[in-house]
Amino acid sequence: MSNLSTREAGRVPDRRVSEAPPSLWRQAIQQLSKNKMAMAGFIFVIFMLVACFIGPLFSPYADGKVNILIKHQPPSAKHWLGTDHLGRDVLTRLLQAGRISLTVGLASMALSMTIGTVLGIISGYYRGIVDQLIMRIADLLFTIPGIPILFIMGFLMSEWKVPTDYRLYLVMVMLSLIGWPGVARLVRSQMLTLREREYMQAADVLGLSDRRKLFHHLLPNVFPLLIVIGTLGIGGAILAESALSFFGLGVMPPTPSWGNMIDAANNLIDFEKRPWLWIPPGLAIFATVIAINVFGDGLRDVLDPKKQTSR
Amino acid sequence: MRTYLLRRCLYMLLILLGASLLIFFLFSLTPGDYVDNNLSLSEERKAELREIYGLNKPVFERYVNWMGNLLQGDLGYSLAQQRPVAQLIQDYIWNSFLLAVVATFFTWFIAVIIGVITAYKQYSLFDTLVMIGIFAAMSIPSFFIGLFLIKVFAVDLKILPPGGMITTGSRAEGWDYIVEVMNHMVLPVAVMVLLGVGSLARYLRSNVLEVIKQDYVRTARAKGLKERTVLYRHALKNAMLPAITLVGFELPGLFSGSIIIEKIFNWPGIGQLYLQSFTVRDYPLLMGFTMLLAVLTVIGTLLSDILYHASDPRVKL
Repeated sequence: MSNLSTREAGRVPDRRVSEAPPSLWRQAIQQLSKNKMAMAGFIFVIFMLVACFIGPLFSPYADGKVNILIKHQPPSAKHWLGTDHLGRDVLTRLLQAGRISLTVGLASMALSMTIGTVLGIISGYYRGIVDQLIMRIADLLFTIPGIPILFIMGFLMSEWKVPTDYRLYLVMVMLSLIGWPGVARLVRSQMLTLREREYMQAADVLGLSDRRKLFHHLLPNVFPLLIVIGTLGIGGAILAESALSFFGLGVMPPTPSWGNMIDAANNLIDFEKRPWLWIPPGLAIFATVIAINVFGDGLRDVLDPKKQTSR
Repeated sequence: MRTYLLRRCLYMLLILLGASLLIFFLFSLTPGDYVDNNLSLSEERKAELREIYGLNKPVFERYVNWMGNLLQGDLGYSLAQQRPVAQLIQDYIWNSFLLAVVATFFTWFIAVIIGVITAYKQYSLFDTLVMIGIFAAMSIPSFFIGLFLIKVFAVDLKILPPGGMITTGSRAEGWDYIVEVMNHMVLPVAVMVLLGVGSLARYLRSNVLEVIKQDYVRTARAKGLKERTVLYRHALKNAMLPAITLVGFELPGLFSGSIIIEKIFNWPGIGQLYLQSFTVRDYPLLMGFTMLLAVLTVIGTLLSDILYHASDPRVKL
């Protein structure tokens, strides 16, 4: 601790030495707030969340009423991004689709982080047969590359005639199914070193229960890493969902998602003559994912100094 | 090393056995098969066809048959195309390979240059701009950028073909044919390079940054060598070393084709064939090719582990 406070004092000369140094989390947040790119990314993500979840409430077209009379209108003062083939307002639909796409990204990431962390901790701490079993399943899931396995699962979903309402949830499950092995491997490798540390020996000596050791002593130490890979993973999940939905294997209309809105580009006339139908959702994915990635990278610099990409 | 390899190979076989079970049962437990596609068939005819294709046998027996054929190198018989799967894969895979090889070459070439320059001029304006560009490239949905480029270069500007490998109805031969194919390759290769170059350049940049600080680089400079020689002869060699492990991971990508890019650019490759097979429920082809992917991935991982060891003897296998 004394080492830490002198370093802190060195950086901020006018801080009184008697003052206790801020906690590590606080330091991280302070450091992060100085990274302009990361903060810009963070603010954009918040903006996107607010726009998508609250924006449609203020739209006069939120009911998604079909009106063939005003179909295929180019952007105008009334319909900022024009209307689609059913006369629905594209901007409103874009925001509603954003709700779905962002939710899928966040939820699938949360799910794969949870599964991956729990299995990773268990397998790194107990080792032996449990470890073998979990890691072999992870290896098995790694043998088939991501995109083909997602397409297969999307196809199977169609074959089993899953109702379109439920597809959304199954897409989340699918994405986390291919997401957890990576998380589990990372957490496991961290566990293997952490479990040998002195404070764990102390925990052993104190006779703490396994559950307490795992979730109160080991888990907090992998939190920084988890936050970083979780953030970066959300972007990946949004991209994967959009590709899947674009090919008609993910979230299906009438539920809008950014991916299936771009599907309009599969129609030659829409593709060539009505770019307002498919370019905005593409740009929305792009902007959101870039913001998430920039923020995630900033987080990594702060929380995971070892893996720093020397920035 | 030898015992390690032996153990690894045994494990590889086990994992592939697991993968084959997974792949087979995923597809065969799915309701609906190839025969169901044709709605005009009567029930008797359907039963007859199932008998011919062996679809009415118990699942386990079918798996054993499939696996037995696989071990003899027979990937199955495509029902939709009425040709052996292995032959079909051979017909299409080289188109995918062509695209992937050219794209991989440019990706590495550009990434090395960017990596070295950005590391050398760390924190310069160029470095910052490239870093932003790299983030952008890592965040673009591949299908969207593909569509966007087609719209701009093929539909609006009309300077590049929108898709395919040759112009429809073209009878070009010899040199003309090569030029035509190259023309069609520009956009898909550009997208593939764009998607791949970012992470690789970042990786190389951090490697170069590490190497540049080392004593032998300073010695090279002290000897009065040109900066260019120092960077590209002395520093780059060691910075590239860890990157060769990536070669193993590139292996499956070279042959598997990119489903998304081939579909968008209508490239007659294996990824496109794969996607079509979903719509006609051509399970033998889907299973055969998925299995091939699994084999390539497993070999690729092994290869990269071996290369890792070869590049850095300190790494214990």
